[in-house]
Amino acid sequence: MHLIYEGIRNAVHLLFSGDPEVIRITLLSLGVSLLATCISLVIGIFSGTVLGLTRFWGRRFLVSLINTGMGAPPVVVGLLVSVFLWRTGPLGILRLMYTPWAIIIAQCIISLPIIMGFTMASIQALDPKLRLQIQALGASRAQMLWILVRDTRLPLLAAVMAGFGSIISEVGAAMMVGGNIAGETRVLTTAIVLYNSKGEFGMAIALGIILMALVYAVNLILTMVQQRSRAR
Amino acid sequence: MSGGVVVEGRDLVVVLGGQKVLDVPSFTVREGEVMMIIGPNGSGKTTLLLTLALLLKPASGTVLYRGQPIAGTKLVLHQRRKLAVVFQEPLLLNSSVTDNVTLGLKLRGVPHEEIKRRAEKWLDRFGILPLAKRQARLLSGGEAKRTSLARAFALEPEVLFLDEPFMALDSPTRQGLFDDFESVLRETKTTVLMVTHDRDEATILGDRVAVIIEGEVRQVGTPESVFDTPVDEAVAAFVKIRNVLRT
Repeated sequence: MHLIYEGIRNAVHLLFSGDPEVIRITLLSLGVSLLATCISLVIGIFSGTVLGLTRFWGRRFLVSLINTGMGAPPVVVGLLVSVFLWRTGPLGILRLMYTPWAIIIAQCIISLPIIMGFTMASIQALDPKLRLQIQALGASRAQMLWILVRDTRLPLLAAVMAGFGSIISEVGAAMMVGGNIAGETRVLTTAIVLYNSKGEFGMAIALGIILMALVYAVNLILTMVQQRSRAR
Repeated sequence: MSGGVVVEGRDLVVVLGGQKVLDVPSFTVREGEVMMIIGPNGSGKTTLLLTLALLLKPASGTVLYRGQPIAGTKLVLHQRRKLAVVFQEPLLLNSSVTDNVTLGLKLRGVPHEEIKRRAEKWLDRFGILPLAKRQARLLSGGEAKRTSLARAFALEPEVLFLDEPFMALDSPTRQGLFDDFESVLRETKTTVLMVTHDRDEATILGDRVAVIIEGEVRQVGTPESVFDTPVDEAVAAFVKIRNVLRT
């Protein structure tokens, strides 16, 4: 009990003293995950919409890959990205290994299938005749895609929440491709693992509270947007 | 009174799932007329409507508007922006009633003030102005149908296509909506192509009636001529003429 009490007391102190290490780790974590979510959103919503609307040879196989990707273990993604970004790997020349960009790439790969899958399912759930109605109203193909995406904004916000949640809280890939380098690639999850292994529970608990608060804050904002849209 | 030909289908063949579902050598709708399409389920009524509304590409044949063949993405989009289609289901978007009624106008680049004017006019005309800010997907069946009709009329289309717009409504709601629709139609003199199952609708609204059976237009004429003197047994069976005179 004493250990837990001390841990929480240290955490509160670190949180309210404006510890530079805590602030740096928090900002990097938030920046990396938000950027990865945004990139995944742009690619995922577009490709998910196209997949939801079109039929082509091999589509079922592609959909099965996306569905598998929705549950892909982050360590496997980390391994894959490591192999590609390793100095002697196919993309080693880019020298991205152990940089925040490596974490962003890995997190994009983790969240992309989730956003694509949610988008595709939302689009497929729409009445197929709605496409005809939108076309009949005079929409070009691009306008129709945009209107359909806008019409599915409620489930798409759920996709954003699921996508962001999956990467802000993952540790395996960030550890493997980022290396948990202090001041450079140390994010909340990798830092929690590190401080926990060192027995510095105060710092670990403080970062854990921040991580939970971040996840809650982002989801609270998205939920408010979602519910406001629903009530309109 | 009907004028020149507005829309024409020439040698239209539509194939769906490897099967020929429509084979219409010639079909015309004249300016200002109300053309009703009737026929049994699965006979190709909706397919013909969608093809003429440029929403379904035929395997062969041509759709012409005022004598000009419509082909190619740009021309099809340009022509579609002069038409309006009302389906069996209201097919409203997840936004307000006003947003739904104005969407087509926005897509067609109508000026803001004109959009506002037309939206108010048609919402009022169909008795749904008080619902203007309501979420469209929370409307009752009748209100949703009124919204879809207001959306179509607000476009002031060259041709209005309707695919059984009064289906799935209870009798009083249907009658009220039908009366409003008929009055708007008489007032605007809009050119209409409408699919229906209802003989009364065809008789009251139609200047001409086309009977489609098994993907072929078997008879076109005034409601009286079609219902009183069907050209063959299949048409007679469909329009429920019991005594067929064999010569």
